[in-house]
Amino acid sequence: MKRQLPLIIIFVCGIFMVFQYFIPHENSEFIYEFAALDWPPIIGVFALTLGIISLVRVSATKISKRDEDWQYSIVTLLGLAAMIIAGLPWFGGQTSPAVKWQFDFIMRPIIATIFSLLSFFIASAAYRAFRARSVLASILLISAVIVMIRFMPLGPFTDIVSRTADWVLNVPNLAAKRAIIIGVGLGIISTALKVVLGVERSYLGRD
Amino acid sequence: MDWPTTIATTVAALLTLAVFSFLYKDNPFYKFAEHLMVGVSAGYWVIILWYTVVIPKMWQPLEAGKWYYIIPIILGILMWARLNRKWQWVSRYPLAFYIGVSTGVAIPLEMKAKVIEQLNGSVDLVTTMYATQASGMTVVNNILILIGIIAALIYFFFSKAHTGATGSIAKFGIGVLMVGFGASFGFTVMARISLLIERLQFLLFEWLKWG
Repeated sequence: MKRQLPLIIIFVCGIFMVFQYFIPHENSEFIYEFAALDWPPIIGVFALTLGIISLVRVSATKISKRDEDWQYSIVTLLGLAAMIIAGLPWFGGQTSPAVKWQFDFIMRPIIATIFSLLSFFIASAAYRAFRARSVLASILLISAVIVMIRFMPLGPFTDIVSRTADWVLNVPNLAAKRAIIIGVGLGIISTALKVVLGVERSYLGRD
Repeated sequence: MDWPTTIATTVAALLTLAVFSFLYKDNPFYKFAEHLMVGVSAGYWVIILWYTVVIPKMWQPLEAGKWYYIIPIILGILMWARLNRKWQWVSRYPLAFYIGVSTGVAIPLEMKAKVIEQLNGSVDLVTTMYATQASGMTVVNNILILIGIIAALIYFFFSKAHTGATGSIAKFGIGVLMVGFGASFGFTVMARISLLIERLQFLLFEWLKWG
């Protein structure tokens, strides 16, 4: 009951959805529309509420116990409340000016700056990865440098660098990306089959 | 610039500086921005999912008399069993439905999009070459692409030991993959630098009004 029934549900749903793909009938498409397109996001919404409840619970516990850095948990809760209140239907919903303000002047600057911080850390990563200690590391280095200097004005070398970069991107890079996509696709399919057939069960947790 | 815009730009600029302060070391300003980000983002997802899932996919179908939409709601409520240690095993049922449907949908779609279409495109490189009577350089490039794909795929094939001819081809495959990784790294660096430039431009020209 605790473990077998979920495995049966996965097997039945998985096999059904695989076969459904090959049945060009309007009933099949109808089932696909609600079972695959509408229902999983609905379950996802309830999963999100679990996440929100967990966030509030962890933050509230931290505040009540005066744990280390508890003051920042107040900031988290205030941010959460401010955004949700701003998105209430009475204030204009998701397109309300208050939501837009928080998105434009709080979320966007922080996200963009956190990602831009990576340009500093990527420099040290590049030093470690690109030390030309072997042929393969040298290939990695040359390929990356060519791509990076592609748009730089390099005087008489501008044209040849640009053409070399185009060749790198359109020939060996294309081959690599295509092989990776095929490999990833086969990996996804084999993992999905393992899940549907009940070989992979780690998602069930213990007990 | 009017006062509301000045205040908003100053808030954004101070948050930007707070995040940049992490370059020195972890500090209260960075922690403030980080925690604010977590709260605001979670709230933003609540709003987005409310207006894109709850209303159009839950409320409206039920209002329209599609009673079977009660099933995912019941499954969703079962997810809340996770909150109770004794009953958390019940949440496996909605999880099983979600995973079952998602994997079932993924198998044929991934097979088509990531395997068949990519193989089709790779074979097309050679077949169209004859049909269009491609020039010398295009022929060489297309053959190189095909050889590169085969070599890289052989590198991913672990059912046969990478020794002898297989090993040599796999080694060439790693070289091809390294070019791809290098190009990806180059693009990532350029994207991050672009973001950094945009942030610095914001601080200097939009906030401080220099130049």
